[in-house]
Amino acid sequence: MVPLERRRARRRAEWRRRRLVLLLMSPWLVGFSLFFGYPLVMSAYLSLNHYDLLSPPRWIGLANYRYLFGEDAQVGPAIKNTLWMIAVLVPLQVLFALGVALMLARARQGIGFFRTVFYLPALTPPVAATLGFVYILNPVTGPVNNILKHIGINGPLWFQDPAWAKPSLVLLGLWGVGNTMVIFLAAVLDVPTHLYESAELDGANWLQRLRWVTLPTISPVILFAVILGVIQGLQYFTQAYVAGNIASGQASQAGDVSSVGFGYPEDSTLFYPVLLYQHGFSDFQMGYASAMAMLLLAVSFAVTLVIVLNSRRWVHHAAGALK
Amino acid sequence: MSAAGITAPFVRRRRPAAVRRRQFLVAVANHAFLIAAAIAFLAPIGFMALTALMTSDQALSSHLWPHPFRWHNFVDVFTTAPIWRWTLNTLQYSVLATIGVLVSSIPVAYALARLRWRGRNVAFMIVLIALMLPPQVSVVPLYVMWAKLHLVGTLWPVIIPNWLGDAFSIFLLRQFFLTIPEEYLDAARVDGCGELRILFTVVTRLAKPAIAAVALFSFLYTFNDFFLPLLYTGENEHNWVLQIGLSEFRSLHQVQWNLTMAATLLVMAPVIVIFFLAQKAFVEGVTLTGVKG
Repeated sequence: MVPLERRRARRRAEWRRRRLVLLLMSPWLVGFSLFFGYPLVMSAYLSLNHYDLLSPPRWIGLANYRYLFGEDAQVGPAIKNTLWMIAVLVPLQVLFALGVALMLARARQGIGFFRTVFYLPALTPPVAATLGFVYILNPVTGPVNNILKHIGINGPLWFQDPAWAKPSLVLLGLWGVGNTMVIFLAAVLDVPTHLYESAELDGANWLQRLRWVTLPTISPVILFAVILGVIQGLQYFTQAYVAGNIASGQASQAGDVSSVGFGYPEDSTLFYPVLLYQHGFSDFQMGYASAMAMLLLAVSFAVTLVIVLNSRRWVHHAAGALK
Repeated sequence: MSAAGITAPFVRRRRPAAVRRRQFLVAVANHAFLIAAAIAFLAPIGFMALTALMTSDQALSSHLWPHPFRWHNFVDVFTTAPIWRWTLNTLQYSVLATIGVLVSSIPVAYALARLRWRGRNVAFMIVLIALMLPPQVSVVPLYVMWAKLHLVGTLWPVIIPNWLGDAFSIFLLRQFFLTIPEEYLDAARVDGCGELRILFTVVTRLAKPAIAAVALFSFLYTFNDFFLPLLYTGENEHNWVLQIGLSEFRSLHQVQWNLTMAATLLVMAPVIVIFFLAQKAFVEGVTLTGVKG
């Protein structure tokens, strides 16, 4: 009788424990199914339908995907722009943040001041930062081209020129690099000094210490920054939307105010998420936007997987550095 | 011991004047570059501030320095656009969302970090995946759902999800909860505390820095958020938040650049003030996400 009673008590404790876990996890369980699981399934379903929100969804099979991969002339440029942005901005951000972090770590004096200066722009609202840059890089009256004119250079048209619009967005992206910089700085300062000391005893110069001590030790943090950069690149929206909107309004000041400047000028800032927004919420082609979302889902998933799997080759794992 | 005793003077002797001079020059170059970069980083805000103080005519000229300083621009902004209403809408979003994130994410993070149960690792993996996926992936069906609930046009579609756990906050809190020594929790258990009481008293008190960081990030994220409010309230001017208002500010009545820059600075100001008030929590939080990730 006694073991049975004990078993029953243990089972009751077990049950109480499970109930506690369920209670604590319940917000996430509901949130996950409602805002994650359900939309994914529903996206897959809607992508096979024609749906404009007013009439019920009409089954059209793979027609949305055929249009997406074959006929939509804007998808090509949108994908190319998105890849361009990721390929240019992410390496530049990582290099720049790393450079500043290394110099800050060596400077020792004024770390707090410099860190604040470099971090603040990263905090400013993207809409405000974009507005500021569109003004500063304004071809005719903006301060940058004014200063360039003073020293005898004819500045580019920046956000008004299809060739310069993306580089202008890159400048804006570099201005907001502070987050990555703060993370890198903390990682660099965290490198155990005995590693440097033994490298110095072996006669390693500054560059060799960087190559063989600093970089390998902080490589998990660099990987983190790259993943985050690529993922943010795949959802790049606000800056492109606002810049296109403001810059296009500026070009046609007298004329039509109603036209939203998606991708202005000449689709050069038409990124994949911007195109998705245009199809889904400006034209209300919900089925087609869902098909675009499914492609974005597949790509983000694949990218994350590829980066994480390949990282084993070049990321150094100190005891428990990347858990 | 003996090795250190030998090497220390040895190293010192090997640094003659030439080397020291070179080190000094490197330090100067280092600082020069940092100062140049700092100026480049501050310049955009400087230009915005200067423009915000110009007259409208001057903002369209090639002069860089305001001739009469027109401080009144900052007052005019408020009469040009319903800034106060946008601010109230923004606060409604940010405050309600931040409270929701804290209330819903702390228990989840605790269960993921401190309780043992089957499926825990899978659940954490799903949190990480949710963290990585672009919001655009799920946005279409959610928009349809909120439209059917007649809530498109209001701020509820952007507030309510925050009351059901936020992946980033769960992740950050879990990382911090993992670092709390088990002895503290055991001591409370010996004193007869249930797990819930441990969570609400011991853990929340010990995790104050992480909770502060999560609250700050959440407030800031929602304050800066543009995509989701645009999606749900873009058509309903009455519920615009500051970021939407700012993005439409210039086209509202063909407003001049000087007023636009004044409005831009006003929208940036709260963020900058909050940063200086809570700098330590910020840097600690950012570091927590990156280094221990």
